[in-house]
Amino acid sequence: MIQNLMDGILTGSIISLGAIGLTMVMHMLRFANFAYAELLAIGAYAALVFDRLFAALVPVMDQAFGGLSLTWSLTLATLAAMAITGLSAVLIDWAIFKRIRQKADALSMVFASFGVALIIRNVITLIFGLKAELYSNDIAFAMVLSRDPLLLIKPDQVFVLVAALVLMTIFHLVLSRTTFGFALRAVAENPALAQVAGVPLARIIIVVWMIGGAFSAAAGVFYALTNHLSPLIGHNFLLPVFAATIVGGIGSVYGALLGGFIVGIASGLALQVLPSGYSPAMPFLIILAVLLVRPQGLFGEAEQT
Amino acid sequence: MIGIISYLAFFGTVASILAIAVLGLNLQWGNTGLFNGGVAAFFGAGAYGAMMLGGPADPLQFGAFELPYTIAFAGGIFLAALVAWAVGLLTLRLRHDYLAIATFGVAVALEAVARNAEWLTGGAKGMRGFPRPFEGLFEDQFTYNLAFLAFVVLILIAVYVGLERLVRSPYGRVLRAIREDEIAARSLGKNATRLRLEAFVLGSAIIGAAGVLYVSFYAFISPQDMAPILTFQIWAMLIVGGAGNNRGAVLGAFLIWGAWTSSGFLLAKFAPTAVQIYTGPIQYIMIGSVIVGMLLWRPQGLLPERIERTKTGNEAPGKTASQG
Amino acid sequence: MSGGNILTVAGIVAGYVKDLPILRGIDLAVRRNALTTIIGPNGAGKSTLIKTIAGLVPVSAGTVTLDDTPITGIRADRMADLGMAYVPQTDNIFKTLTIRQNLALVLRLSRRRETRLEELFDLFPPLKDKQGDRAASLSGGQRQMLAVAMALAREPSLILMDEPSAGLAPKAAAEVLDLAHRLTRDGVSILLVEQNVKQALRVSDHCYILAEGRNQLDGPAADILADPIVGEIYLGRRRMNDV
Repeated sequence: MIQNLMDGILTGSIISLGAIGLTMVMHMLRFANFAYAELLAIGAYAALVFDRLFAALVPVMDQAFGGLSLTWSLTLATLAAMAITGLSAVLIDWAIFKRIRQKADALSMVFASFGVALIIRNVITLIFGLKAELYSNDIAFAMVLSRDPLLLIKPDQVFVLVAALVLMTIFHLVLSRTTFGFALRAVAENPALAQVAGVPLARIIIVVWMIGGAFSAAAGVFYALTNHLSPLIGHNFLLPVFAATIVGGIGSVYGALLGGFIVGIASGLALQVLPSGYSPAMPFLIILAVLLVRPQGLFGEAEQT
Repeated sequence: MIGIISYLAFFGTVASILAIAVLGLNLQWGNTGLFNGGVAAFFGAGAYGAMMLGGPADPLQFGAFELPYTIAFAGGIFLAALVAWAVGLLTLRLRHDYLAIATFGVAVALEAVARNAEWLTGGAKGMRGFPRPFEGLFEDQFTYNLAFLAFVVLILIAVYVGLERLVRSPYGRVLRAIREDEIAARSLGKNATRLRLEAFVLGSAIIGAAGVLYVSFYAFISPQDMAPILTFQIWAMLIVGGAGNNRGAVLGAFLIWGAWTSSGFLLAKFAPTAVQIYTGPIQYIMIGSVIVGMLLWRPQGLLPERIERTKTGNEAPGKTASQG
Repeated sequence: MSGGNILTVAGIVAGYVKDLPILRGIDLAVRRNALTTIIGPNGAGKSTLIKTIAGLVPVSAGTVTLDDTPITGIRADRMADLGMAYVPQTDNIFKTLTIRQNLALVLRLSRRRETRLEELFDLFPPLKDKQGDRAASLSGGQRQMLAVAMALAREPSLILMDEPSAGLAPKAAAEVLDLAHRLTRDGVSILLVEQNVKQALRVSDHCYILAEGRNQLDGPAADILADPIVGEIYLGRRRMNDV
């Protein structure tokens, strides 16, 4: 029970990071972006490439920090992956979504995002192969927190949770203290009014893609660090991040953060009663429950069609 | 010669079954503007529903009632419609992309059930031995396959004609009005949500019927048959043919299924073994590129929708196809 | 300077859907330091006209000129830098930001001193009292007040207001319209769309009447208010259909 709860919180922090950008682009660009979760995969694999590169160039950097599988090279690789993934998100928007946005309706955007997801996922498969990869082949030993009930936690998991919380705190400070943060929240709430108030919308959209991409990359690396890399990361996180945004209310950044933890914890606890084979369906049940009880989500406003 | 005819009959049967599913999707998307993100779920519901009702008895399994084919057929359609009704009821009054997300979710959830609920669905190994209809009437497999092709084509024609009538009727015009302009539709005094729900359920029932035919043909169903790629394939067929145009939907089904099978054949025959294990991903990229490419460069498809249809309709599919 | 007019609209044709214009050639001028009001039946294109001037509706013909600067089809966020502010009818404040953050955002985007915040609070004491609260907590009248304060923040020479009194209690509606009137005396020009015709015309200087996307009539607000025929049609003494 407590083990499932702990695992759920950890997964929740990863989902939250993935959902931050999704909720913003979904609200600003008014379409459900099914390619969004592929940014997690792009981030995780970009980090793998940079990690190998840095470790090969400067072998000293391949030294793991005590107890963690994290190395200097992976730390730097993660930062580089965040930048690359942010740029990829901007590039995909510019090359595909922006062009479709200009001439077609939101439905075509949703449709195109499915196509983009399919392409990204399978290009990654072609490059890296179908088998699971690891950043480090050293076995990360778990710490025993308690023997009865048995509670295990890996140092990597503690690190991931702390790092995710740090990223969220930084983002919260930006949102609540800076002009840029106000502008971002303004755009997230009401793009048209934000533009009238003088917010340069086109530039903010680019920045939102950058931030969303960067956070998704971090989420992808964190997942891969505590589990493994697979081309299916994006596919597997798609429903959880959507569930997080719907639970929190589309457009609400704080809602997405909370929603991520709710989805993670609920999925973790569901393992108490459901076989693990059903866990991919958990986010869907959460979505159904929210649509039934409070369709606008925790922090969202009622919105029709 | 018999080999070629036999293969063409096989190809034609599968393509026609998929074309029926594309027609169902066209009613939802092309005519009513509803995004179905889980075509595979409704296809699978039809197939599994029919298998559970009409499949051979198995002590390890719930269902498998060995009911007559007509009841199994109707049951499969009913299950697909039921799932559509539940999802539609919850999402159709909300922002349009909730339907996309929820239908995608249904597909993930039903696939999980198909994989895990062994007592109900046979789990990952699936269920076999569906009694194929009228099999006893034919002496050899070859004639049977031709007869089955005729049976599927007959249903395809029936669905096509039915949908064409529906689309041209006042009801079809209201559906298009809902797609084009929600406010206008409401001002007509029609309950747009209810009409959407009807179109969504009917479209899903048609997709479910395709699923029933699929399991009738293969006599076998497994979670693999409702994998997400099926949804993508059916979408690609519709967008290539032309959303909103039923003739386009059928054309797209044959074109894309032809491209899919021939690319698989070519890769298997000519590609080095190292590449062959990536046949799947290569074909998936192809489907994804078709979808994105069509949206970018020819969103209306090969046979665009014509709102003001006349009865001439003398464009040859081959001629229009060559433009693309 | 084009005489005493701060804004000139000439032959504007605009609409959301191509080939289906809502505005079919409208001319309009807003005098400097005056309150100009647009009235007309539902669907006349009043709100569309004001949104078109604000750069939110695609224009297919005609020109909009602000202080001799052509601004037809200019991007909405550039508009703000040219001394024009637009107050939408609904959703005109950021409900998830606090009152202070709403104002600070506009001030910082236009690179104005933070001391301007205090000046605005002096103008609207109720906002000062609740400055740390989320804007969602404000009453209808206070929301309009905040929306106007946000428009005033960057010291515009022209403010466009879309039905500022809609949905307000009679007292709050009168207060908002009085506020608009006072602002014109302090050197701001205002273009207003109103359903609340009688109250609006009492504080207005000039009035335009639109119908079906075209000019119907215009003149000094007092004359329009006194005109018996106009009164019958637009001030609710008779229904439009009877004409």
